Amino acid sequence: MVRFLIRRVMLGILVLWLVTLAVFFIFFDLNSSGPESVAHRLGGRQATPQTIKLIEARLHLKDPLPKQYWYFLFGYPGQDVANGPPRNHGILPIGGSPHFFHTPDLGYSYINGENVNHKLWIAFPITFSLAIGAAVLWLGMGLLSGIWSAIRPRSLLDRGFTLTALFFYSFPTFVLGYVLLLLLYYYLTKAGHAWFPAGTYIPFTSDPWQWARHLLLPWFTLAAVTAAAYTRLTRGSMLDVLGEDYIRTARAKGLPERRVVFRHGLRAALTPIVTQFGIDLGSLLGGAIITEKVFSLPGLGYEAVAAITSNDLPVIIGVVVIATTAIVAANLVVDVLYAVLDPRVRLH
Amino acid sequence: MALLEVTDLTVSFSTPDGTLNAVRGLSFTVDEGQTLGIVGESGSGKSVSTQTIMGLTRGARVGGQALFEGHDLLTMNTHQLQAIRGAQVGMIFQDPLSSLHPYYRVGWQIIEMIRSHDKSTSKAQAKARAIELLRLVGIPQPDRRVSDFPHQFSGGMRQRAMIAMAMALNPKLLIADEPTTALDVTVQAQVLQVMKRLQQEFGTAIIMITHDLGVIADVADDVVVMYAGKAMEHADRNTIFYKHHNPYTEGLLLSLPAYGGERERLLPIAGQPPSLITLPQGCPFRPRCPYAFDKCMEEPPLVEIAGDPEHVSACWLPPDMKKREKMRQQLLDRDKAATAPAAAR
Repeated sequence: MVRFLIRRVMLGILVLWLVTLAVFFIFFDLNSSGPESVAHRLGGRQATPQTIKLIEARLHLKDPLPKQYWYFLFGYPGQDVANGPPRNHGILPIGGSPHFFHTPDLGYSYINGENVNHKLWIAFPITFSLAIGAAVLWLGMGLLSGIWSAIRPRSLLDRGFTLTALFFYSFPTFVLGYVLLLLLYYYLTKAGHAWFPAGTYIPFTSDPWQWARHLLLPWFTLAAVTAAAYTRLTRGSMLDVLGEDYIRTARAKGLPERRVVFRHGLRAALTPIVTQFGIDLGSLLGGAIITEKVFSLPGLGYEAVAAITSNDLPVIIGVVVIATTAIVAANLVVDVLYAVLDPRVRLH
Repeated sequence: MALLEVTDLTVSFSTPDGTLNAVRGLSFTVDEGQTLGIVGESGSGKSVSTQTIMGLTRGARVGGQALFEGHDLLTMNTHQLQAIRGAQVGMIFQDPLSSLHPYYRVGWQIIEMIRSHDKSTSKAQAKARAIELLRLVGIPQPDRRVSDFPHQFSGGMRQRAMIAMAMALNPKLLIADEPTTALDVTVQAQVLQVMKRLQQEFGTAIIMITHDLGVIADVADDVVVMYAGKAMEHADRNTIFYKHHNPYTEGLLLSLPAYGGERERLLPIAGQPPSLITLPQGCPFRPRCPYAFDKCMEEPPLVEIAGDPEHVSACWLPPDMKKREKMRQQLLDRDKAATAPAAAR
């Protein structure tokens, strides 16, 4: 198990490295020269060639690409304050000065010089809150309705759940988001019932109740689409399992039906659901672009879109690193959970 | 009083193609400590009938009566049935590979069985009992294997673990639904051996459902031969093997490799079992029966054979065995006469 874990972590790091490498080279290659280049954008339309030169020199934009990649990994050597923003650390937690070991430094935004670490440190909790709340909601809704449907297949309730699931499944997030905003925020607030505030994020640490209230609509928007998929997944998985011989054995043992369904049925049906859940949650932690945009939540997805439209490479790479880490970590957790859930894949 | 007395059991299902009559008026009794063999082809209703009695078939229309120690299982509510399943009636099934839950340890599954019926048993007691049971069914090193998962057991060991689980609470009746079908022949014998030994030790009655007449010859006291949801013949084992009356029983025996001495070729029963949705008119075996004659367009009742009240057969051939043999020969000659001119041409 330990060897398996080590192998998976190494593999995850390799994936992370390849992804950042790809993003780095694509963006630098595309943006090294021409009117759309980083230096031109930073200098603005009126920039003199001198200004452009100065920017290129300060950001080392004309250095050879491998050298720039080295800066990205380990920071600029011998950098002083007069020559641009201090950047003695790179994205790797080792190397650079004055301390050999440090937290990965994602550098400074090209647009406003903001520390990317700091920027993402603010954005990540928003995305995290959004993802976790939505995940709890969709898992709860999906599992409950899916199990119910599987216990009484082709019943009125099953058909109702299937219909609801298909309805939300085919609902684009941006439409559902705006519909909810219109009905539950705009009309309700206009009618004097401000139950669902919108547009701001209240940190959990400052007021958990307000945190939840402000996130309720985005949670539901995100959860409704995904819960629909989970209803179908749970229903299918449960129906398969409930038809298994060992379920008949459990009934033949004289176990109460509830124990048969949950202890014997759900336990086995959970494996594919857990797998899917890990992947979904992981990719959501990299930012829910549409939902964040619709509800004006400045999370990772929101920052990513802003950074991409302005070619703000350090921020783009920062978001990519976090998103990739989240997905790799989620997959690792899924693999471990898989072994915990199913003794047949347990590795010794 | 018989331990289990099934009278006129009918089971039918609604399907999109029409009503499927899986069991059509089946009656049998099982006495304490006795083994009843139910034999028949796939789809003859042998598994459905016992599973229905135990309330394990869903969406079926059920008729008749199944008295277990005088109480009708078919009219019991779920709770009463749950109390009987496992505790009074143990069940084992065909495929031991899929009958144990793959995610739980073998011992855990036996302990669950014990503790769900007897809450006063402590976990430690139940575990000790589980080890004891595994030893009884011949699992080597039971104190270690008790915490194995089913996939760490071989097929034969899993079926023995199933038997151990089914026998955990000393049930009065064990329903074994093709327990040896999925096993190697050598392992089959071991499993049957275990069942017979436990039966002697605890006086358990057994219903052995199988399509394997070899298994019947090995364990059964009484035998019901089923075809298309009905009992075709019902008698004690020796009568079934040596003095059977029904042509279907005869067909089953003739298709056995070892039976009939020097015969080189097996004689399979021609044709397919009938669809249970559209049954043939009259005797269900008529389309495949070599002796079918005009009377067979009527469905034959179960009648007493050769003055033996324990031997019944559903066939229009005369109940007297000598007369039956004479008529059988006549019917065979009829067939020869019918085919001879065709051969001459």
